[in-house]
Formats: sequence, structure tokens, C-alpha cells
Amino acid sequence: MEDLQILDAIERYLRDEMNPEEKAYFEQLRKTNPEVDQLVVEHTMFLQQMDRFAEWKNFKSTLQDVHHQLLDNGDIKEETPRATVVHYLKKYKRVMAVAASIAGITTLLIAGAATYYNRRASNEDLQQLRREFKQEVANKKNEVLNEVNQKMISKAPENAELISGGTGFLIDGKGYLVTNAHVIKGGSTFVVQNNKAQEFRAKTVYVNESNDIAILKIGDPDFKPQAVLPYSIRKNSVELGEPLFTLGFPRDEIVYNEGYMSAKTGFNGDTMTCQIGVPANPGNSGGPVFNRNGEVIGIINTRQRTAEGVVFAITAKNIIRTLETIKKEDSTLRNLKFPANTQIKGLERVQQIKKIEDCVFMVKSY
Amino acid sequence: MKTDPREIALLEGLAKNERQAIETIYKQHYNMVQALIINNNGSIDDARDIFQETMIVLYEKARSGTFELNCLLKTYIYSVGRRLWLKKLQQQQKFVPEMNGIDELVPVEEEIEAHGERNMEFQTMEKAMLNLGEPCRSLLDAFYLQKRNMTEIAGHFGYTNSDNAKNQKYKCLMRLRKLFFAAFKNTL
Repeated sequence: MEDLQILDAIERYLRDEMNPEEKAYFEQLRKTNPEVDQLVVEHTMFLQQMDRFAEWKNFKSTLQDVHHQLLDNGDIKEETPRATVVHYLKKYKRVMAVAASIAGITTLLIAGAATYYNRRASNEDLQQLRREFKQEVANKKNEVLNEVNQKMISKAPENAELISGGTGFLIDGKGYLVTNAHVIKGGSTFVVQNNKAQEFRAKTVYVNESNDIAILKIGDPDFKPQAVLPYSIRKNSVELGEPLFTLGFPRDEIVYNEGYMSAKTGFNGDTMTCQIGVPANPGNSGGPVFNRNGEVIGIINTRQRTAEGVVFAITAKNIIRTLETIKKEDSTLRNLKFPANTQIKGLERVQQIKKIEDCVFMVKSY
Repeated sequence: MKTDPREIALLEGLAKNERQAIETIYKQHYNMVQALIINNNGSIDDARDIFQETMIVLYEKARSGTFELNCLLKTYIYSVGRRLWLKKLQQQQKFVPEMNGIDELVPVEEEIEAHGERNMEFQTMEKAMLNLGEPCRSLLDAFYLQKRNMTEIAGHFGYTNSDNAKNQKYKCLMRLRKLFFAAFKNTL
């Protein structure tokens, strides 16, 4: 009840409806009683708020009124929206355009990603390091070879053209060789030749062009199986800067080169290969890359055309994975053993090469 | 830019809530704002809402006494309407188009912000009034908003005398204050 009386008093005070006596009393009350004063201030503000609210509402209804009146008089016109479909088309034109572009971009990205991860060494960027033999040169070379190795019987098929050549190396003493798939591509008969110019016939056991690995089997009575291979295949990754060396047949003679580990990935970030800083030339393809302990860390397969000294090698992990796959797939290869321990660790390089060179072959594809 | 004296007169009329002024401004500028809204993903209803809000901004501004129109009224209305519509689009999380039309704009951020705050207060008040229920709502509406006098109200609402009506009114007012301040605190 008291609150109500105070409210009434406040309103009358604000509206100036009090008689002077009452007003004086009320003002005195405000001064002496802070609570009353507070209430006066608060209620004044609230009433102002109410006033403004009233004006706001009135103005709004006036606006509505004016709107309808002007509409009726034809002073303003409400533009009718276009036909619904067209309207929606226009309304969502941008949204649709954005959605379509997003879809398009996504498609492109996925396609791009797919090609990125499936990246094959394209001929434009990368050069495969196999030796190409042109007919005339090959003939001439054969003549020379025949003269030199008159006593040797060539295992090459008669009347067949030598198409290409590369390098391969033993992964099992029984005569299994690893080389690049592109080295033997297009050939039907394969002959491998060691550093003593002895030739052996070989046949393909496995070819995987996507990771460029091929396995050949020497099936020649002249071949003497090796009980233990001097090198092993490195299972762990290789550190950058690790010294490396290679053996291969860019010529008819075995060629030694050395360098270092340059990058852990290959062309355009390809994780199947790594980059090495070792000079390599056509004919080196399929050749083993060793670290200083005599562990195979990769197979040379390409070099970048547009850059100097950028050579890529298939990583050892890839070789092991391939070997394990084919051991499972092919029952005749179940006994395939690849060397686990290197025999030449700590030897001098010259000694290491002497041990290794018997296991590295030139691969000739007819 | 020199302001057209006719436009100043219009704004003075608007400040006094003169219907003639409101009608004139409405007539002259409604179609422009409507075209702006319709061409930018809006409907007829949106256009009406935005234009009327723009008018309210203008009204508050004109009443404040500190308003100096230093561009064409048309430019000012366009700027406010455009800003209000962009804000509404953002609130609805619709795609915000690049608004095109007449490029001349004046900064109206302060007005829009003040308008937004006031709008929130008024909406809180409106909600509080709605939640009050009858007969309180009508009683307060009659007294504070329509400013009718107490005797008239007593007769209209069937109170035996104006003192009864007064008591009832104060009770209602107390409740409204409670509702309003509770809601206002929540929204802040």
C-alpha cells in the first residue's frame, strides 16, 4: 500500500499536480530519505521510457496508416514480385552460382588429388635412364663386340634387335634380379650380362609398371648361384646427407659413382621415390643405390630433365613391399630370400665394389 | 552541400509528428527503398518494414534536435535503408549481395546502432505489456499510452470511482516494472 502511495505521489509530483504545501513536504522527504529519492529517479526514468514507447507505437501506427492511405491513393505502388520460379531463380542466382563453382572446384581438386597421388613420371619432366639402342648403332656395336668376344657365344637371340638396356642386381643368390619395369618394357627376350661380359638368359617373373619395379629370373645353366649376397636391403629410412654410391651400366662397362641423399621424396613430393645426388645416365636405370654399409637404399629410375643433377630412386621400402607382395601372390616365389645382413660393412670402398660387382648386371632387352 | 529548406521544413514537421510531413516523405522516397530491397533478395513486406524503420530512425534523429542534414534527404534515407537491410540479411544469415544502385552514401553507423538499442528497449517493453495480461494491459495502455484521464478510464473499465481505478493502475504499473526490468536484464 505504501509503495502505491509513493508511486501516486511521484506521479503527481512529476505532473506538478501537488499543492505547494504537499510539494514542499515531498521535496523535504526526497532530501531526507534517499530511498524515496532513488525511487523518484527510477520512476521518472521509467515513465520517460513509457512516454517514448507510446510515441514509438503511435508513430509506427501512423506510418502504417500513411502506407495504406498512399497505396489506396496510388501515390506509391507495391511492386509485385516476378513469377515465382523466375523470382527464386533470381533470388538464389548467386547462391546457385557459388554452389556450382564449389562443386566444380571440388571435382577439380579431387581429380587433381587423384592424379597427384597417382603421379607417374611423365616423359616431359622425367627422363627414364635406360639405354636406347638404335638399329645401326646396335649393329655396329654387335660387330665390335663379336670381334672382341669372338670366343664367347652370344646368348642374344638371332635376328633380334636390341631395344634397350639398363642395370639390374641380384636380390636372391639363386638368380633373381631386380630392375626397372621401364628397362624391359617392349622387349620379349632378356639377356643379362655381368662385368666379365658373360651373358645369361633371363625371363620376367614379375612386372609392376606403376611403381616401376620388375623382377627377372636368370634361367641359364651357365649361371652359378651365389650362396650369400654381400649386400642387404635397408629396411629403415635413410638420413639426408648420407653418403651413397651406385654401380650401373651406362656403358658396356660397369661404372661406379658416388653422391649423397638429397631429399626423402621424389619428383613433386612423390613418396615412392627419393632424390639422390649421384650422377646417372641412360643405362643406370635399375641400378642399385648403396649406402656406405653396403645396404641397398634404392633403385635408380629417373632424372629430371629440367634440372641438373636431380636423380630419383625408388626407395628400398618399396622394393621390400613389392617382394613381400609377390611372395604371397606367387607360390613358386615363396622361397625367395632377400639378403637381411650386409657382409661388407666396414670394408674399404674398393673391397666393397669388388664384392658387389658380381651381383650387378647389365640388362638387355630384345 | 547546402540543404534544401523544404527538406528542413519536412524534418521539422516530422519531429512534431505532423501527418502531412510524414506523408510527403513517405511518398517521395518509398519507391526508391522498395526497389533497393526487392532488387536485393527482399520481399514487399521486407521493403515496407525496412522503409518504416528508416522513417523511425529519421523521426528519432529529427526529434533529437542535434540533427544536421548535410546531404540530400534522399541520400540519407537510402543510406539508412541500405544499412538496415544489410543488417537484417546478416541476421537471417542469408547471402549478402553486393548492393548496387546509387553509389552516394553517407555514414549512418551511429544512428543504426542507437536505433538498434532503442528498438530492443521498445520490444522488451512491448513484450512486458503483452505478458501483463488483462485488464492491466488495457488499463496502462489507456492511461500511459493514450494519455486518457483517470475518470474517463474508471467509467470505461467499470470501476466505481477513479480512486479504485488509480489503485488498480498502480498495482499494474508495479508488475509491469518488474516484468520490464527482468526482461531487460536478460536481454542485456
